[in-house]
Amino acid sequence: MSDALIAETITITGYNGDTIEAYSARALDESPRGGVVVIHHMPGYDDPSKEITRRFAAHGYNAVMPNLYWREAPGASPDDAAATARAQGGVPDERLVGDVAGAAAYLKALPNSDGKVGTIGYCSGGRQSFLAAVSLDLDAAVDCYGAFVVGNPPEGMPLKVGPIVDKTPNLSCPLLGLFGEEDKYPSPEHVAELEEALKAAGKTYEFHSYPNTGHSFFSVNRPAYRVEAANDGWERIFAFYGKYL
Amino acid sequence: MCTYLTEKIAISGSAKGASGWIKVTDGSVYLDHPVHAPFGHTLNIDFLAPERGPSGRVAVELSQDSARALVKAIEAVLDAAPPGLE
Repeated sequence: MSDALIAETITITGYNGDTIEAYSARALDESPRGGVVVIHHMPGYDDPSKEITRRFAAHGYNAVMPNLYWREAPGASPDDAAATARAQGGVPDERLVGDVAGAAAYLKALPNSDGKVGTIGYCSGGRQSFLAAVSLDLDAAVDCYGAFVVGNPPEGMPLKVGPIVDKTPNLSCPLLGLFGEEDKYPSPEHVAELEEALKAAGKTYEFHSYPNTGHSFFSVNRPAYRVEAANDGWERIFAFYGKYL
Repeated sequence: MCTYLTEKIAISGSAKGASGWIKVTDGSVYLDHPVHAPFGHTLNIDFLAPERGPSGRVAVELSQDSARALVKAIEAVLDAAPPGLE
């Protein structure tokens, strides 16, 4: 079995039939394998997020990361695109679901796809990974510290999203949640409320909350990085996808 | 978390970025994750030239303490300036 991979910028068909940019990292080996849709964090379609995408390919998956800010800022640098998109209140939920659906369709159409697709998202992408999993037919979803799955944004914050925990009964696949105990959004109370909803709906889930860890602990280029939590989290992610994809 | 907390203002002036000086007409002031500064959340200011698209932007990311110090310094200088200057 070859460990060769290819990583490149491509286009996919997203929400409303729009053509959007995406970063694809794929295993070249022809044997069937699962696919992963990487949902980037609020700071955008940046180099560390592309590195995460390649990491999945290096572990044998086909991965693709849609540029969620392509419509606001085609061709712009990731930081300029993120600034433009955030000034407009972020990515509308309906559009996110359409873009993830397009990314999943792209992965399923690859010659070495086993027909299974999972999602993973960080920060705002954590909520979006859950949103995709309650909206689309997926095989596994990972939520890395996504805020506002539970709870409303604080008053005065013009964030155009609301809680989606009420959609838990629609969850189409097992969910892995990775959180920091010192995070405020989502707080341990938010995580507990989501866990209760998952239990009540009889869903398969696995949650891990790390001590002495706040938001964004997977971000290797930020001071929030926590090596022990991130290392354990990556092991959990690959074990989870190994089981379900 | 991603706050999206933003104040937008109209401004009049110029800013120097990667492509040289540009006329800026809009400003965004927000507290959120930085791209580069080594903090979880920073006070960010974008000086914008919207007609140039997303890249028409000169950006700063400041720690919250230094942002407050900047506000005081700006007000001190403006208050100390002789009246009538244009």
